[in-house]
Amino acid sequence: MIVADAKLVELDGVEKHFGAVRALDGVDLVVGQGECLGLVGHNGAGKSTLMHVLTGTALADRGRLIFAGEEQAGYSPAQAKKLGVRCVFQELSLCPNLTVAENARVFHPGLSGFNWRRRAGALIIDKLDAIFPGHGIAASDLVADLPIGRRQMVEVARAFTVTDEPVRLIILDEPTSSLDAHSARQLLDFMRRVVAEGVSCIFISHLLGEVLDICDRIVVMRDGRQVADAAASSFDRDKLVAAMGGVDAHVREARVEAHAVRGQSPLRVRARPRRQVDAAELVAHEGEVIGLAGLAGHGQTDILLAIYAAALGARSPIEVTATVALVAGDRQADGVFPLWSIAENIGVRSLARLSQGLLISRRREDELANFWRGKIKIRTPDVHDNILSLSGGNQQKALFARALGSDARIVLMDDPMRGVDVGTKLEVYDLIREEADSGRTFLWYTTEADELKQCDHVYVFRNGAIVADLTRGELTEEKVIQSSFEAAS
Amino acid sequence: MAGSIAASPSSDSPARFDLRRLLRALLPALSLALVLTAIAWLNPRAISYFGFTLMLNLAIPIALATIAQMFVIAGNDLDLSIGAFVGFVGCVTATWLRDAPLIGVAVLLGCIAFYAALGALVYLRNLPSIVVTLGMSFVWQGLAILLLPKPGGKAPDWLLATMGVKPPFVPFPILAALVIAAVAYVGLMRTSYGAILRGSGGNPVAISRAGWSLLKAKMVLFACTGLFGVLSGLALIGITTSADANIGNGYTLLSIAGVILGGGEFVGGRVSPIGAVIGALTLALAASPLLTFMRIPPDWQVAANGAILIVVLAARVLISRKESDR
Repeated sequence: MIVADAKLVELDGVEKHFGAVRALDGVDLVVGQGECLGLVGHNGAGKSTLMHVLTGTALADRGRLIFAGEEQAGYSPAQAKKLGVRCVFQELSLCPNLTVAENARVFHPGLSGFNWRRRAGALIIDKLDAIFPGHGIAASDLVADLPIGRRQMVEVARAFTVTDEPVRLIILDEPTSSLDAHSARQLLDFMRRVVAEGVSCIFISHLLGEVLDICDRIVVMRDGRQVADAAASSFDRDKLVAAMGGVDAHVREARVEAHAVRGQSPLRVRARPRRQVDAAELVAHEGEVIGLAGLAGHGQTDILLAIYAAALGARSPIEVTATVALVAGDRQADGVFPLWSIAENIGVRSLARLSQGLLISRRREDELANFWRGKIKIRTPDVHDNILSLSGGNQQKALFARALGSDARIVLMDDPMRGVDVGTKLEVYDLIREEADSGRTFLWYTTEADELKQCDHVYVFRNGAIVADLTRGELTEEKVIQSSFEAAS
Repeated sequence: MAGSIAASPSSDSPARFDLRRLLRALLPALSLALVLTAIAWLNPRAISYFGFTLMLNLAIPIALATIAQMFVIAGNDLDLSIGAFVGFVGCVTATWLRDAPLIGVAVLLGCIAFYAALGALVYLRNLPSIVVTLGMSFVWQGLAILLLPKPGGKAPDWLLATMGVKPPFVPFPILAALVIAAVAYVGLMRTSYGAILRGSGGNPVAISRAGWSLLKAKMVLFACTGLFGVLSGLALIGITTSADANIGNGYTLLSIAGVILGGGEFVGGRVSPIGAVIGALTLALAASPLLTFMRIPPDWQVAANGAILIVVLAARVLISRKESDR
């Protein structure tokens, strides 16, 4: 029998400072046994830091952590693991050079000795089968060879595997951000099952619909402290957004004033996916926002990269008539220069404009960075700080600034809003619309239906080819899902 | 219905990934086959028991040095001192190990412990291994010259006997290469701790979050490098019979090239022990027998050697790029 109100974890006045930044400013948090707690808040509200405190990877400067009634002194990752705390971090914590089975072994010191490979493989594949039926992952696959969506599946499944230590608290930090809608649903269903078995769960997501849908209770954080804490049923989307603060509560639908007829403005991009059999092609004109939809990893990124290569002069049948910039989706791997400052990261795409003679003008670089810091509200005291001092969402903003601050007339976006909070998203949507009106073209691969509504025209991809070509008027979520899955049903 | 939806995007993938890995693994073997074909074409008589024994004799120490280098590369480090270290071990082998075996053994074991300490230093002080090992290369070289100012010394008899074994049917160097590859493969690729060692190069944060000691991993990797460096020095002296302080100098770059040729990468913990041994054999063959058969004058052999290295490595990069484009 599970007592829903028995406390599993209790945080009491926890504070954590990074230099002058108060990441956590006196947090009291309780997670009950067998409870699913939703945690929402803007980028930089302190959610990730809080999770690091719970998993022992960051030590609180002040405050108490009580686990199952016992106060924890000298809390460490090893201690957290022993107590049964598992975490799926936002940055993937798999070793890309190891196989799926070996990554499971890394997590379980007990998996050694004769035949450890088979046992580790069976352990992780069983869990994958339970959470994501039909996942298509083999235990011997190298993680580096898997697309990001499947890597995320492995990461999630690994957190649920059990050998010597029990699983009592699962922390999921943006677990669905790299998953397509179908896999995300599978995960949420599985979480409910696990919670029903008495495991506690902390669920962090920027997709408010998900949080409202599956959590028992929701805590809203802002500026390092919690500002609301109530049953999920007492919230709705608008209330949550309002509690997070900073943005008006209404998700603005994109303006409907349809761009009369396509093809009035000059052509910017004409591309045919390599695996396209019929004559369908992707066309973008000046001032258009073109959406690339479909399940994750079905050729959208490939075509963006092909367009980028064509713009840089690679021999290719793709027609590109203007300068191009790319906003990367996997920001750790393809986006930020981790050793550089924020200003340098923003300026790198515009060096020609920023240089004086052979040298980069610091003054111009700073001007550019400060302009964009103000315009899209990058939360930092100084643009000369290292880029990694920013939270994930703010790093992504800097990458936007890099593309938008450049002279590129075409901006390619590779699902850049992964793990970005609602407020930032709304700001960026407006920015994109504003830039499009002034003649920029956007090619936007996204896995979120809300973002497709911002587009003038949407191409749906499946298995590396365009399977649907929808105008703004025709676009509905059902149509996109239908064409994403068509062949299978 | 839900099941069928999920299966459709993924149904063809696992097979494709395996093919990619297979190609990646076969690449080093292909380059070895290429060099062997060239030799067979230039001088068919070289492809014989005696020919291989002769051509590949020096490949054993190179293969051991390459495996040594592979261990540090697996942890995202580089050992620029391995050549000088092999030379130093050679000098110890040709002097102390013969004259005062106890001291000799103690010194060689001490060397391995010292390597482990270097690993600790690199990890704890967060120093670039390139700098540390570059500095160490001068230390080893200096010690070797102190020990043996002039070429000389003599290999212990047991070592000469070991390296002179003539097994039936299979030439000794090939047998040795197989054993070296098998030991390194099982140690690094098949054991459960080997996965942790490689993981420490792939994603150190993940490894430490999972509760493993990165310090220990780094020390183990460096100690393995020291161990195989010692074996390389022993093997080298077993073949050449006497030592010289500069005897191993070419090994630093050869070992790095061997690892890369064998499918390893400088960062990310991606290495292949079998590939590394094949890479070392390829380089050893391309280095001198091939050039001799091509009648390239000795004055030009070093330059030609470098040119072949560039061609082979460039081919590897081209092939792997093409394969990832598919």
